[in-house]
Amino acid sequence: MQALATEYLPILLFLGVALGLGLVLMLAAMILAVRNPDPEKVSAYECGFNAFDDARMKFDVRFYLVSILFIIFDLEVAFLFPWAVAFRDIGDVGFWSMMVFLAVLTVGFAYEWKKGALEWE
Amino acid sequence: MTSADFNILLPEIVLAVFAMAALMFAVYTGKDRTAPAILWATAAIFLVLALFIGINGDGAQAAFGGLFVDDAFSRFAKILILVSAAAVLVMSHDYMAKRDLLRFEYPLLVALAAVGMMVMVSAGDLLVLYMGLELQSLSLYVVASLRRDSAKSTEAGLKYFVLGALSSGLLLYGASLTYGYAGTTEFAGIIGAATAEDLPLGLLFGLVFLVSGLAFKVSAVPFHMWTPDVYEGAPTPITAFFATAPKVAAMALFARLVHDAFGGITAEWGQIVAFLSVASMFLGAVAAIGQRDIKRLMAYSSINHMGFALMGLAAGTAFGVQAMLVYMAIYVTMNVGTFAFILSMSRDGRVVTDIRALNQYSKREPLKALAVLVLMFSLAGVPPLVGFFGKFYVLRAAVDADMAWLAVAGVIASVIALFYYLRIVYYMYFGEETEALDSGMAPTQWALLMVAAAVMVLGVVNLFGIEGPAAAAASALVD
Repeated sequence: MQALATEYLPILLFLGVALGLGLVLMLAAMILAVRNPDPEKVSAYECGFNAFDDARMKFDVRFYLVSILFIIFDLEVAFLFPWAVAFRDIGDVGFWSMMVFLAVLTVGFAYEWKKGALEWE
Repeated sequence: MTSADFNILLPEIVLAVFAMAALMFAVYTGKDRTAPAILWATAAIFLVLALFIGINGDGAQAAFGGLFVDDAFSRFAKILILVSAAAVLVMSHDYMAKRDLLRFEYPLLVALAAVGMMVMVSAGDLLVLYMGLELQSLSLYVVASLRRDSAKSTEAGLKYFVLGALSSGLLLYGASLTYGYAGTTEFAGIIGAATAEDLPLGLLFGLVFLVSGLAFKVSAVPFHMWTPDVYEGAPTPITAFFATAPKVAAMALFARLVHDAFGGITAEWGQIVAFLSVASMFLGAVAAIGQRDIKRLMAYSSINHMGFALMGLAAGTAFGVQAMLVYMAIYVTMNVGTFAFILSMSRDGRVVTDIRALNQYSKREPLKALAVLVLMFSLAGVPPLVGFFGKFYVLRAAVDADMAWLAVAGVIASVIALFYYLRIVYYMYFGEETEALDSGMAPTQWALLMVAAAVMVLGVVNLFGIEGPAAAAASALVD
């Protein structure tokens, strides 16, 4: 227990430093900085113009859907890379495991396609 | 990795392949028109698999180097999960079809959740545990918000998802601490590191976080906040599902984790589980008193019941696990019956969940009112009925483990809880005259209500012989 705790001492120190430094920087900005706000300074800056409208506009939920569907296949690659690198050592079992994984993913893809999740209109 | 490993995993593989094949079939053919057929097929395959596991299972085997365990305990839990999920599917058909909710994804998500639950109860490793839990949870988040055009249903789904994600985070943090201090994620290895003589503090922290994460899943106080909202917001058949199979799975997983991985430090987790138990029993009993919505009431009722099931676990003995399993089996039967009745509660086709709508119900439907009366008394644990024997079992487990105070607390809590079960009975028999509920009830719902009520009465003879398998299951887990 004692030895194990000592092994983790660096990370504890790191956490302490990170916390301390973060606090110092934030507090310094609060205490030392000269603050003199006026309406022009706090308004949104938009290339020299007055702001046209509210930046928090609504946009179509379909963008969200497409990006979510994209992320799924993005993550698939995160599994494929280490698999490809270790391909020589993992043998048949490794190969077929990935094939099963890809097949399951393809089922999901076929479902979303047929369901119309990829159609814009 | 050999074919023997895959043989052990066969029921899970069959169910997963079925779910994917049915998904492809439905989406390429009639879409939602195929939903009734898929629903019946899913229920049938649940029952076939339950039968297969019951007949075929023998002894204890481990697959994939101990990652996946097949023993009497996991088989008991799996059969309970599959049968209750099948019952819920069967009784939900009528409700879903009438309200245009019967999408083909619904039975398939339930099937995938069942795969997750089966993996959970067979987990022999923290990572397998997490994988099963997430497969189950992700499916449940989606079915909670099945009624997409209802603000309440989507809110239920979102709430469940956010709090579920938080609990998964707690669980993972606990798992990583445990891995850090035990040096392995396998239960068989953790139990060697977690000994009472030399317990690293980090491992204790890991245990606490793991237990907190699981307490979320069984909705034990103080991790219960999501339960009433999710139960109320989700469509009623989904609520019925939440109250049955996932609770069994989470409770079985809880038992497996604390006994298989932390069986050497029973005293340490025993006090945490005892606290969860007392808090759940009392909050479930007191908070339900103010509820008029029967779904919220059932949510608090399930919190209360989880408290009792945890009492069996807190004892930390083989008899305690046996008591917990018997309690869960009885609890699931009572809930299936009660929800079969709740599903039929409507007025002019509109869903009614206010318990005051039951006023004078016995005058119009004497037989159904009698069945509900039996179920309510059984839920409350009134002596001649089976629900009492469930409570008696866990109380005895607590007393045997020198936790008499816990048993006394349980008795007090069950007396408090008696009030709100009796109030429903009061409304049905002595309430004021109000507008009548619709009298129709789908045959499947009627049958399940009557069967559950009959089981509560007839089971007093020998509890349908469930004690034997439960004892075998418990001895597979605790030596």
